[in-house]
Amino acid sequence: MSQSAVEVPPKGGFSFDLCKRNDMLIQKGLKAPSFLKTGTTIVGLIFKDGVILGADTRATEGPIVADKNCEKIHYMAPNIYCCGAGTAADTEAVTDMVSSQLRLHRYQTGRDSRVITALTLLKKHLFSYQGQVSAALVLGGVDITGPHLHTIYPHGSTDTLPFATMGSGSLAAMSVFEAKYKEGLTREEGVKLVAEAICSGIFNDLGSGSNVDICVITKEGKEYLRNYMEPNPRTYVSSKGYSFTKKTEVLLTKITPLMERVQITEVGEDMEE
Amino acid sequence: MTFTIPIDNGDALKNAEADSQRTLYPYVTGTSIVAIKYKDGVLMASDMGGSYGSTLRYKNIERMQAIGKHSLLGASGEISDFQEILRYLDELVLNDNMWDDGNSLGPKEVHNYLTRVMYNRRNKFNPLWNTLVLGGVKNGESYLGMVSMIGVSFEDNHVATGFGNHLARPILRDEWRADLSFEEGVKLLEKCMRVLLYRDRSAINKLQIAKITEEGVTVSQPYSLKTFWEFSAFHNPTAGAQGSW
Repeated sequence: MSQSAVEVPPKGGFSFDLCKRNDMLIQKGLKAPSFLKTGTTIVGLIFKDGVILGADTRATEGPIVADKNCEKIHYMAPNIYCCGAGTAADTEAVTDMVSSQLRLHRYQTGRDSRVITALTLLKKHLFSYQGQVSAALVLGGVDITGPHLHTIYPHGSTDTLPFATMGSGSLAAMSVFEAKYKEGLTREEGVKLVAEAICSGIFNDLGSGSNVDICVITKEGKEYLRNYMEPNPRTYVSSKGYSFTKKTEVLLTKITPLMERVQITEVGEDMEE
Repeated sequence: MTFTIPIDNGDALKNAEADSQRTLYPYVTGTSIVAIKYKDGVLMASDMGGSYGSTLRYKNIERMQAIGKHSLLGASGEISDFQEILRYLDELVLNDNMWDDGNSLGPKEVHNYLTRVMYNRRNKFNPLWNTLVLGGVKNGESYLGMVSMIGVSFEDNHVATGFGNHLARPILRDEWRADLSFEEGVKLLEKCMRVLLYRDRSAINKLQIAKITEEGVTVSQPYSLKTFWEFSAFHNPTAGAQGSW
């Protein structure tokens, strides 16, 4: 009988060991580090020819606006986009990861990606982390089977809906959708309704603000309208401008182009973008 | 209502005896109230449900009552505390009538009285667990105000309590105008109540709308709203993905 314990291969799944340590530290009085949340309004709706996704552009870190104009509509595939709410790092990482998985899958199958593929990959990942990956997503796209719109919650459950909202501004945006959504909207009506819902979130929710981003996806292709609406412009700019006091005097201005000093050797192939 | 506070005990509010003397949780609750000012006065809407936790216990509770000649009070939150407030206001109106001087309490005065009552109860850690909406018309001037259980009080052109703050206020901020007619006002309130019916789990489809004008208060008969469930996406949510959910 050997004295040393038998080496057991590590089991799969999330390891909760550190959670106990975190709880103990919080009890001892340690303040958990705050993380960048996107406290957000994200929406999606299905119209006659496809899917329209919308998002605001404010990223908050507690009470402070960390990024006034961030991008919350993430690329998944040429025909699939995903809006993300919750912890910014989580939404970025999880959408990037599934986007590359979809690309590899496209190379392997030789076909366009389907929305439910992205849905299943995302929900499997989020469920296995038992809600610790704080990403709430609105996934929309058009594939060979038609337009699809789904919501994905941090614990891994999903819904299939004609119109959806997520984030802290979801109630404000949902009240607009519940009051005004109809089936068979045209592109103009759909974009107008999405912009209205996002504006409702921007003006009625403190976690959302700045501009409106919109992405329209149809069978023909996608149209990414970054900053489609800017309802919070910076209106006051001092007319006098800014004058800086003179510090050091400029003695000599001589410009030497760096290209003359540098030798460029062509080795190997360029990396593809 | 008497309550004993041990004088020599520093943790007076923390021991079990003191707990039985003050409100800790609400039991039977009413959900949102939505109210707007319109051309001739004030319109208020509420549903008739009283929830006991997650059970829909009572379906015939009138959460809006006329106060005196000029005011209308709507309440969300604990129903028993609302009934207590009605008793206080009854006494107030009675005393006012006994002066028999031709004056009567207007909505501003009632609102002020309620604010004082709510705030003082909150300071004693024994709140009346309600958010109250007070609307009225006196001498041609419409008045609409709100008091919460911690004594926050303000007046505005449109107010909502509970879930109504998140779901109805955005719609009202967008679509309210000072010169709404009675029909337009009712339509706007119904729009808000419909969204609440879809998205608030404690809402029921049996509502009343109350109108207060210079002439007086009328509370409508209970009725229900039409809802729409025929989206094609609801018929077959897993089309294109047989077996998924």
